Amino acid sequence: MSIESDKPAGHDEARRTFLKQSSLLTAFTMVPGPVLQAATYELDEKVAAAFEKVPLRLEVNGVKHKLSVEPRTTLLDLLRENLNLTGTKKGCDYGQCGACTVHVDGQRVNSCLSFAVMHEGKKITTIEGLTNGDKLHPMQEAFVKHDGFQCGYCTPGQIMSAVACVREGHAGSEGEIREYMSGNICRCGAYSNIVAAIQEVKNGGQKV
Amino acid sequence: MNQFQYVRPTKPQAAIDAVAKDQNATFIAGGTNLVDLMKRGIATPQKLVDINRLPLTKIEKENNGLRIGALALNSTVADDKQVRQKQPLLALALNAGASAQLRNMATVGGNMLQRTRCSYFYDLAMPCNKREPGTGCGALEGINRMHAIFGFSDKCIAVHPSDMSVALVALDATVLVSGPKGERRIPFADFHRLPGDTPEKDTNLEKGELITAVDIPDGPFTKHVHYQKVRERASYAFALLSVAAALDIENNTIKAARLAMGGVAHKPWRLTAAEQSLVGKPATEESFRQAAAIAMQGAKAFKHNAYKLKLGPNTIVQALKTAASAA
Repeated sequence: MSIESDKPAGHDEARRTFLKQSSLLTAFTMVPGPVLQAATYELDEKVAAAFEKVPLRLEVNGVKHKLSVEPRTTLLDLLRENLNLTGTKKGCDYGQCGACTVHVDGQRVNSCLSFAVMHEGKKITTIEGLTNGDKLHPMQEAFVKHDGFQCGYCTPGQIMSAVACVREGHAGSEGEIREYMSGNICRCGAYSNIVAAIQEVKNGGQKV
Repeated sequence: MNQFQYVRPTKPQAAIDAVAKDQNATFIAGGTNLVDLMKRGIATPQKLVDINRLPLTKIEKENNGLRIGALALNSTVADDKQVRQKQPLLALALNAGASAQLRNMATVGGNMLQRTRCSYFYDLAMPCNKREPGTGCGALEGINRMHAIFGFSDKCIAVHPSDMSVALVALDATVLVSGPKGERRIPFADFHRLPGDTPEKDTNLEKGELITAVDIPDGPFTKHVHYQKVRERASYAFALLSVAAALDIENNTIKAARLAMGGVAHKPWRLTAAEQSLVGKPATEESFRQAAAIAMQGAKAFKHNAYKLKLGPNTIVQALKTAASAA
């Protein structure tokens, strides 16, 4: 479905005014307290009814989805909250840690820094889509073998990034791996083991 | 995050119209900076015009140079054969910025339009003339170790964060722009602004103007180039200071030079006088030291960034030495 805007100006104007009012309403609803509860319930209903969601078609881990989402939903939140794919982690939520790394049409990206609607028609791969049935991906095997994690929170992002790093041809040396994996922070400091895992996969010549 | 309307035009003119007619509309491409700013409440657009479907991704030969589409990804440009062959300095600068994931999202046009990473701009509780004109500059008397040593005003001492732009200003690039009043070409050095009394304006783009491409003229800087970036960790951090250096050397004599600094001003800082001082000189450390001294003329530090007065010339010399010896 095309989302070109061909609405007449009058409609836009009304909508803008509504948006302004509704932002206020949203702020209002965040104020806690029983005094507001009765009023905000009704207002929330109106907000939900008036807001158009945007249709979105996505293929995630080989499964096609037809969705309807609010434009401000990030790809990360869509995966975790709407599709229940919680393997992809929310770390910083500002593109600074890499925990949310997924592949979009084969390229690694930070899913926290893009709106889901911007990926209309694209193919998304998350950590859940990396395994082949019960068989782990070679990079997952290598992370287990080399102890490429401690707490494990950054691990899905590390593995998605590592697979891309090898596919891109940026795993030629330890230095290159460290440079091209620098967008994935590990606060446990498992870096040397992560590098070892990537080197093993790269040197093993397996298909990644 | 505030709610907003989302449109996804497929023709440049429709995108331009959508932003030009609506005060609160803005373009979104990679979104790596804008989404961040929206999450923090620093940018609050009411309409986003997604330009990712516009046909502006090509990298092609054009007259005597390369034309890079505004929507070409930073990673695509950095890995492009023609770019690496003809403008290796640009590839080096691109790969010094951000992370592999972000370079897969960020576009050439968006990279140029990054807002400053000044911590006072990012902190809604602090005064900032760039974020909220008239509130004052928190950095002026605050923690200003990341801040400018050139071209600042008493309204704003923030620096421009882009690495790519430092290379583009050195390479004499031109920005191609399309807007409500038609098309125009902006020399890269005139694209970004100094803060003056209007630090809220980072660039000379007008409302509704869309960057469509960047032109880089062919030049002799295909071999002796280097991008030296100094930061607080080895990778994935904004520059404390950076230097783009390009030399054309024949029989150890410098025929032409290009030099620009990042992390020192509100715009990528071209060092024309220092470049000129190198022409005709031998490619030696002594020549480089002299050029560095010229480059630093007029620099002025604040309470916490005096280290840049030393780091600047040292980084220039290092960049030139590395460029000269590049095989």
